[in-house]
Amino acid sequence: MSVTAHKQKPDAGPGGTLPSLAGGYLTKVKGGDMGALPAVTALVVLCIFFWVAQPSFMTQGNFANLLTQGGAGIVIAMGLVFVLLLGEIDLSAGFTSGVCAAVLAVTLTRQGWPWYAAVGIALVVGLVIGLALGLIVVRIGIPSFVVTLAAFLALQGVALKIMDNGTNISIHDKTVLAIANDNVPILLGWGLCAVAVLGYAAVLLLRYRNRAARGLAVESPAVVGLKIAGLALLLGAAVLVLSMERSYNPALHSLKGVPIVVPLIAVLLVLWTFVLTRTTFGRHVYAVGGSQEAARRAGIDVDRIRITAFVLCSAMAAIGGLIAASRANSVDPNTGGSDVLLKAVGAAVIGGTSLFGGRGRMLDAVLGGMVIAVIDNGMGLMGYSAGTKFIVTGLVLLLAAGVDALSRKRALPGR
Amino acid sequence: MTASAPPDPRTPVIELRGLDKSFGPVQVLHDVAFSAHSGEVTALVGDNGAGKSTLVKCVGGIHPIDAGEYLFDGVPVQVNSPRDAAALGVEIVYQDLALCDNLDIVQNMFLGREKRNGLILDEYTMEELAAKTLAGLSVRTVKSVRQQVSSLSGGQRQTVAIAKAVLWNSKVVILDEPTAALGVAQTQQVLELVRRLADRGLAVVLISHNMNDVFAVSDRIAALYLGRMAAQVRTCDVTHAQVVELITSGRSGDLGLAGTNGNGNGART
Repeated sequence: MSVTAHKQKPDAGPGGTLPSLAGGYLTKVKGGDMGALPAVTALVVLCIFFWVAQPSFMTQGNFANLLTQGGAGIVIAMGLVFVLLLGEIDLSAGFTSGVCAAVLAVTLTRQGWPWYAAVGIALVVGLVIGLALGLIVVRIGIPSFVVTLAAFLALQGVALKIMDNGTNISIHDKTVLAIANDNVPILLGWGLCAVAVLGYAAVLLLRYRNRAARGLAVESPAVVGLKIAGLALLLGAAVLVLSMERSYNPALHSLKGVPIVVPLIAVLLVLWTFVLTRTTFGRHVYAVGGSQEAARRAGIDVDRIRITAFVLCSAMAAIGGLIAASRANSVDPNTGGSDVLLKAVGAAVIGGTSLFGGRGRMLDAVLGGMVIAVIDNGMGLMGYSAGTKFIVTGLVLLLAAGVDALSRKRALPGR
Repeated sequence: MTASAPPDPRTPVIELRGLDKSFGPVQVLHDVAFSAHSGEVTALVGDNGAGKSTLVKCVGGIHPIDAGEYLFDGVPVQVNSPRDAAALGVEIVYQDLALCDNLDIVQNMFLGREKRNGLILDEYTMEELAAKTLAGLSVRTVKSVRQQVSSLSGGQRQTVAIAKAVLWNSKVVILDEPTAALGVAQTQQVLELVRRLADRGLAVVLISHNMNDVFAVSDRIAALYLGRMAAQVRTCDVTHAQVVELITSGRSGDLGLAGTNGNGNGART
C-alpha cells in the first residue's frame, strides 16, 4: 500500500513541486512528525533481508500467508489508533477480541445462530465493552491504563467462562471461515484494485480542481500523477502476485486470488481515514489529543469524543476477533491473548502513531502491522524459536517508541 | 468610588457597573466599573492579584458575576457561559493560547466551529477564510496557513490566536498578556496587530504588565488596585509615573481611590 497523503501537505512555496514535497516533509519531521517513512523503510529492509536469508519468503504463497497472518492484528491496531490519538491506551483490546470471538463461536455452534446474527452479537458485545471502558475512564476519571489493565484480566476470565473453562470450539460456518481462508475471484480482485486506484485518483484530482478554482495552493500535477501512479503500481503488483497459483497441487485444489481479508482491511482503512481526516469528529479527536484544554475552550465535548474513541477501539477489536477466529478455524481461551495486544500497540507505534496522543493515522496501523507480520513470518521461516521472535519484536517496538519519544522531544523546545 | 472617565458621546460596547465577585470567602472584585469602546484599545493594568484575570473571565462568561450590571451596546445582558459571550461577539485570547500544537493554522482557527459541507469538512472555505483573515490583519509572517502550529514561533502563535478571535466578526477582543513571552521584534509585531484590530473598529481590551506596551498602543487605561477600579483614564492624559502609582497604591494625585493609601483592606487573591 502506498503512502496515501490524505493530509494536505504543507504547501511550501508556490505550488507544491517535487522538491518542496521533500521540503514539506522535512518541516514535518522538525515538527515532530516522522510520518510513514520509518515504517516503510523498515518494511523494505526487512523484506530484502528475509528474501536474501530465506528465498521462500518471497513466494506468492507466503505473501498471501503474510497478509492473512497480519489481518487480525492490523484491525485491532486500527482501533487502537483512536485511543492512542487521545493519548490514552486500551490494554484490553486483545481480550476484547477474544471475548467477541468466543461469543461468535458459542452462538454459531451451541446456539446454532446464523452467521450474520452471530457476527452482529459479537460486534454488539465489542461496542458494549468499549462503552463501559470509556464511561469508567471519562466519568470516574481512572487512568485508562489502569481501567483497561483491570479489563485485561477480567475479560480473560469472561472468555474462559464463555468457553466452559477452556474448551476449544471449532467453527464450521462457511461464511465466517471464508474471511481469512478464502480468496476473492481473480476478476473481482482486479476490479477492486481498479476501483481503489480510480477512487484515489478521483479524490486527488477533485481536490486539485477545487483548490485551483479557489486560488489555493495546489500540488504540482507531477506530484499528483506520481501519487496515483505509485498506488496503481503497488496495488497492481500485489494483485498480480496474489492472482498467481499458489497451490502445490493446482489440479487437486486451486489456490489463487486476493485473500478476502485484504479488501476488508482496505475498506476499514478508507472508512476510518475518511472519518479521521474529513469529518468534524476526526478533527476533534486530533484536537483533544493535542490539547484537551484547548479543545474544551473551543467548545468541543471532550468527554463524548473520549468515550466514542473507546467504543470504536473495542468494536474494531471485535472485528479483529472475527478474523482471528476465522483464520484459526476455532476459538480457544488464548484467542486474543498472549502477545496479540502488545503486537497491535506495537503496530500502531511502529507505523508512526504517537503514544503521547495527537499524532497518527489509520495507515500507520496497516504499515506497522505489516512490519510485525513480516518479522513474525520471516523469522518463523528461518527457523527461529518463538523466544527469539519475541525478543526481536520487542526490540523493534522499543525502537519505534524511542523514535516517537525523540521526535516529540525535538519538537517541544522549538517554541 | 471610581474616577469617572472623560465623557464620551458614544455608548461603550461593553460596560460593567458595580461588579462584585467572590470566590468563597474571598471577595476579588469590589464594585468595579469598566467600559470598552469600539475602535479603541483599553489597557487593563494592575498588580498581581489585583483582579485583572477575574474581571476578564467575568466579561467572558467563565465566572458568573455576583452583583452588578453587564451592558452590551448599552443594553443589559446576562452572560452566564463562554457561549453567551461568544454569541455577543466577545472573544478572549488567553495567556496560555489555547491552540492545539498538532493541528495546522486553519484547523486551529476553526476548531469547534468547523465549516461543513454536509458530513464533510469544507476545507476549501475554511482555508480561504483563514487566509483572508490573516491577510486582512496584514499578517505576513506566516508562510502557509497549512503549517502546523508546533512549527510556529511565539509571536506567530499569538498572531494565530488573535486571528482566531477576529475570524468570527467579533466586536470585542480581550487579550490576556499577549506579549508576555515574546522577544522585542515579535512584541512589536503583536502590538501593531493589536492597533490594527482597533483601527478596524473592534473594541480591544489589552491586559499587560508592560508600561511601554500600554503607552504604545492604548487609548484608555483602566487600573485595578486590590479588586477595585482605581481609575479609568485616557492614555494621553496621564504619565508613566501616574499609572505606576495607580497600580501600586491605587491613587495618584487627585486620580484614583480615596483613602486607600496604606489602608489596603481589599482582598488579595
